[in-house]
Amino acid sequence: MTRQPLFAVQDLRVAFARDGEYFEAVRGIGFHVDHGEVLGIVGESGSGKSVGVLAALGLQAKTARVRGSARFQGRELIGMPRHELRQLRGSRIAMIFQDPLSSLNPVMTVGAQIAETILLHNPAVSKKQAMDRAIALLELVAIPQPDRRVAQFPHEFSGGMRQRVMIAMAVANDPDLLIADEPTTALDVTVQAQIMDVLADLQKRLNLGLILITHDLGVLAGHADRVAVVYSGEVVEEAGVDDLFKRPSHPYTRGLIASIPNMLVEKERLFSIDGAPPPLGKLPGGCAFHPRCPQAQAICSETAPVLETFGDHGVACHFGRSA
Amino acid sequence: MARYILRRLIAMPFLVLGIVTLAFLLTTVTKGDPLTAIVSDRQMNDPEAVAAAKARWGLDRSLPERYLIYVGNLLSGDLGTSFITRRPVAQDVLFRLPATLELVIAAMLVGTTIGITLGVLAAYFHNTGIDHLARFFALFGSSIPVFWLGLALLYVFSVKWGILPGPGRIDPRADLPAMVTGFMTIDTLLAGKIRLFFDALWHLILPAFVLGWAVAGTISRLVRANMLEVLDREFILTARAKGAGEFRVVVRHALRNTLVPTLTVIGYSFAYLLTGAILTETVFSWPGMGSYAVDAARGLDMPAIIGVTIVGGVVFLLTNLITDIAYVIANPRVRLG
Repeated sequence: MTRQPLFAVQDLRVAFARDGEYFEAVRGIGFHVDHGEVLGIVGESGSGKSVGVLAALGLQAKTARVRGSARFQGRELIGMPRHELRQLRGSRIAMIFQDPLSSLNPVMTVGAQIAETILLHNPAVSKKQAMDRAIALLELVAIPQPDRRVAQFPHEFSGGMRQRVMIAMAVANDPDLLIADEPTTALDVTVQAQIMDVLADLQKRLNLGLILITHDLGVLAGHADRVAVVYSGEVVEEAGVDDLFKRPSHPYTRGLIASIPNMLVEKERLFSIDGAPPPLGKLPGGCAFHPRCPQAQAICSETAPVLETFGDHGVACHFGRSA
Repeated sequence: MARYILRRLIAMPFLVLGIVTLAFLLTTVTKGDPLTAIVSDRQMNDPEAVAAAKARWGLDRSLPERYLIYVGNLLSGDLGTSFITRRPVAQDVLFRLPATLELVIAAMLVGTTIGITLGVLAAYFHNTGIDHLARFFALFGSSIPVFWLGLALLYVFSVKWGILPGPGRIDPRADLPAMVTGFMTIDTLLAGKIRLFFDALWHLILPAFVLGWAVAGTISRLVRANMLEVLDREFILTARAKGAGEFRVVVRHALRNTLVPTLTVIGYSFAYLLTGAILTETVFSWPGMGSYAVDAARGLDMPAIIGVTIVGGVVFLLTNLITDIAYVIANPRVRLG
């Protein structure tokens, strides 16, 4: 690739210290996203998908050790001085999180919280201007009566409305990259679709690079351009969204797709992948997925497969191509 | 909000009446005979003198009668006359209360500043040397007896090094300013006596620190515990993701959320110090409510005892009211009709 992507993560490793020893939760993850592109990152809870992205932005826990590379517009974020990283966060790179209630400060009005994001990065803007912009942003995410709502506190909003506030706050400084970490997981099903529509609409209008982190492949089907499947701190498969659904090459991906509820096909009960992801520091030898894999052979417990790319479909499985 | 405050204000007179009644009744069940405070030992054998004293102080009347007279007088601001000082109790209190208030407010300033700072530092640097040091300092302050600490500090700073003045509110040779607020620091300023102002301020430092340290211990432990919890909440991550610096994250986002429960303790500590500053006032010869109450109790000075109890109770009520109002303001989730 000659052209530089907006955001490229390579061989990112995040380890946590426990009893003086480091255990890797993210074991060399890699992905990239461009302007106007939606990358879905999917994986079970605890697979390291959120931890990895947070660490790339310098938001990891104090006890974590981060290695590898995360380049944003060509600038290396890992090891970047904290104040420089801070200038990027909230202005060029924005984030929204899973639970919009706990993600908003309960003792500040939503207007003050949105205005804070603006003021932090635009010292020339007055408080009044920032508040006016906050109202305009609430309108942008389709919150009714924004001039009244702006002076209210988070607990006065419904779950869906709170997530809209988070989105308004995230796009306040017209960022290049938006990272949405399970943006709809804590919401009612009916509201989920609305929030995804707001996100998708803004993504197109602002030509955002969007990283959609989720455990729900179904959410990605309609919204992502490309998908990276993460298992146990590694990307096990990466492909265009249509390609992935048509030709899933990793047994884990196939399991995930089979677990999506489907109303067209009648099934006794929903498919599920047996077992649980390995706990931190207790990785099996060879392929991390092999204890749960229906196709595991002898080689799987001996050698860890590497991500091999065929065209623009990458898979880390000894039998990926044949599958 | 306005209705809530109004409701609380309406309840106040009833609460005050309760305090008055209790304070009055408590003195009647004490063992000591107030006559011994009024009449000298020699005159005790003279029935005429005793009868005269009883009539003079109303002790010959029935309890309900005395109670009604007392409450009636109270309505016009009369707290009775002290057996010992022979001055109106109200006048004594008016002179003593500002001295205590000045000391306690200074102590609370010291205590909350140190307490909040230590609590925040301990939580932010959780489980590091800073945390341990802050916790040790807090524990030391709240476990050491104030009279011992007061004496030790007086000895070191006043007697040994001579950098801070000894007991009292002000240099005893000073030409005192007219009493306006009763706060020595304010009255000296109002009188334009800058040197006396600093003298009063220097006199405040040690007792305020002694009292404040104890409060700082309580506050810092509370702030630390709350801070630890708040720093783990998601909106802290949001603030960092916004690009807020660490100072802003801690003070504007975390600390503000911590202040809600802390306010209650600050209010309670204030009320507690008002009545609990006795030992400190004694050590520092501070002419406040505490030492007045001790003198009154020792001399079976019933009017003074009742008066001090009522004034203390009312101040306690007011402090609680202000604390509750501040709590509502600081916590937007509480909506009271």
